[in-house]
Amino acid sequence: MTAGAQENFAPGAAGAATATIPQTLVRRYRGGPRAAFGRIKAVPFLVLLSLITIISVYPFIWLISASLKPQSDVFDNRIIPREWSWNYDDVFAIAPVATWLFNSVWISLLGAGLVMISSAFVAFSFAYFRFPGRGALFALILATMMLPSAVTMIPVYLIWNELSLLTGEGGRFAFLPDIGVNTQYPLWVPNLFGSAFYIFLLRQFFLGIPRDYFEAARMDGDNYWTMFWRIAMPLAKPALIVVFIFEIQAKWFDLMTPLIYLRDTALFTLPLGLKTILDQFGQGGGGQGEWQIVIAGTVLTVVPMLILFAIFQRYFIHGIATQGRKG
Amino acid sequence: MTSVAHSTTVPGPRKGARRWFSRFTRAETWVAYAFILPWVFGFLALTAGPMVASLYFSLTNYGVEQIAGFAPTEYVGAQNYRQLLSDEKVRTSLYNTFFFTILSVPAKMALALGLAMILARLVRMAGFFRTAFYLPDITPPVAIGIMLLLLFNGSVGIVNTVLGWFGIPGPFWTTDPNWIKPSLVIMSVWTIGGTMVIYLAALKAVPRHLYEAAAMDGAKPWRQFKDVTLPMISPALFFTFIVLTIAGLQTFTEVYTAYFGAGSAGAEAPDAALMNVVYLFRQAFEFFNMGFASAMAWLLFVIIMIVTAFQFVVSRRFVFYQGEKG
Repeated sequence: MTAGAQENFAPGAAGAATATIPQTLVRRYRGGPRAAFGRIKAVPFLVLLSLITIISVYPFIWLISASLKPQSDVFDNRIIPREWSWNYDDVFAIAPVATWLFNSVWISLLGAGLVMISSAFVAFSFAYFRFPGRGALFALILATMMLPSAVTMIPVYLIWNELSLLTGEGGRFAFLPDIGVNTQYPLWVPNLFGSAFYIFLLRQFFLGIPRDYFEAARMDGDNYWTMFWRIAMPLAKPALIVVFIFEIQAKWFDLMTPLIYLRDTALFTLPLGLKTILDQFGQGGGGQGEWQIVIAGTVLTVVPMLILFAIFQRYFIHGIATQGRKG
Repeated sequence: MTSVAHSTTVPGPRKGARRWFSRFTRAETWVAYAFILPWVFGFLALTAGPMVASLYFSLTNYGVEQIAGFAPTEYVGAQNYRQLLSDEKVRTSLYNTFFFTILSVPAKMALALGLAMILARLVRMAGFFRTAFYLPDITPPVAIGIMLLLLFNGSVGIVNTVLGWFGIPGPFWTTDPNWIKPSLVIMSVWTIGGTMVIYLAALKAVPRHLYEAAAMDGAKPWRQFKDVTLPMISPALFFTFIVLTIAGLQTFTEVYTAYFGAGSAGAEAPDAALMNVVYLFRQAFEFFNMGFASAMAWLLFVIIMIVTAFQFVVSRRFVFYQGEKG
């Protein structure tokens, strides 16, 4: 845009300007930002970048190859195992890893879907309507982003603890399904209420949709509800996908919430399950440390994220580049 | 001055308030509130209410007996806060947390900026490198905690193996109290992909003509970096500075995975790795000292507020927003 404007500028003026400065400078800086540091010596930079690429990628290769080695060879630092060993059967045999995987998948998907829709509701309201209290409430939403979760963690746990007394065996509401501590509800129910960061992100996107679209929909007889679903949501699809994958990642990463709420092994998510495998088979558990099992479990936790990233790379990068990310 | 204001027909506060409330008669206002209802409920039940409750609990002896109903909850005044000051582990955990944050945040920012500046000028392969550098960021923190134990293992880990190639005897990173925190910092610097992507986007948005103008004024590369690049990307730097600091002060998962929990509970858990949130978590959910842990949470909250406010005040002089005057 700016470049076009400059080209439209009288060419004579540009010529006059170049005439007054030494030609060497012009040649040297013609590349703009690309040349801002002087000329790049390509080779050293490529070596540096390759080195950092190895540092970034090698741990993954190391993990995958170590997961295919017998216990004694785990630390031999060979990329191709000297002797092959399929440790994954052991992992699935010693712990309900398949259940954990399944739990992580459905909780991530459900949580991400819920937080996407609930945040979109709130974001749409702040973007489209002008209502009294809007500015103050939105400032409040932004303020909650700074709040460390540790401050609310304990009372929220006590709420769930109370709920499990009410809905558990012998409770007043025992006829309801048991929600509360040692169920998976605390992991995804909070996603029903929107999340400050996603509300902020989606509001920015809704603000970018021309108001005419909404007015036209209103003329066609849409009410606010149908307008939200028919116009706002389809147009916001790229931003919704960003929210969805960010939240899948957050749920897939989360150790603390399952650690607080889950007791029964069958309810665990993958991060908590992996932590228990580490405690049992890593060196902390005493003895030699059956690292090949821990490593196979780690690969099972890492690979689904790699696949998700491979599919949605564009959205990961775009979402982070434009909106920053959650802490 | 006040008399003038009263004598004119400028709407006074009462009239303004009436007009403000009159908007509640419009249907649209109620629809808008209906749409934000999920957040309002969540805010009251899961944020505002718990905050007040947390403040209350921090002034009581609420603990495992009180949860079970065996003993009454008693108001103990500032006793939990006094205990914060005398508890040596609180001091250790705060020291560890600050040590980790102060080292890792600037290191991450500097390295991410360096890489982003190189990538911004690459014509080919930039996408490949960006993807490669981003991979550590999509690694679950539990896996990072395990990788830390494996890669930094004192006798067989790859880090010490590589150091050995250069004749450097590597320390016992994961067991030597002096080297636990440095290895945590290095592991944290491994995940700079997201920060780098933010800088890359900011660098690409810097208008070219600024560099051309600077070059015409005879600015050398260093001056261009200092006077063009840095001011133009300062909002991105500021943003990551705040976000990384807040995240660093709340470090939990990697450290807890590597050094705490059932496998290494009790005396074995090294104090050198004890982070603020880790200690808070253990107090709350392993020892069930809810009152004391609530006081710790408020201390953390106040620390984060002070640090962030300080960053805002200091950064105001350096952050440059386009379109702003001056």
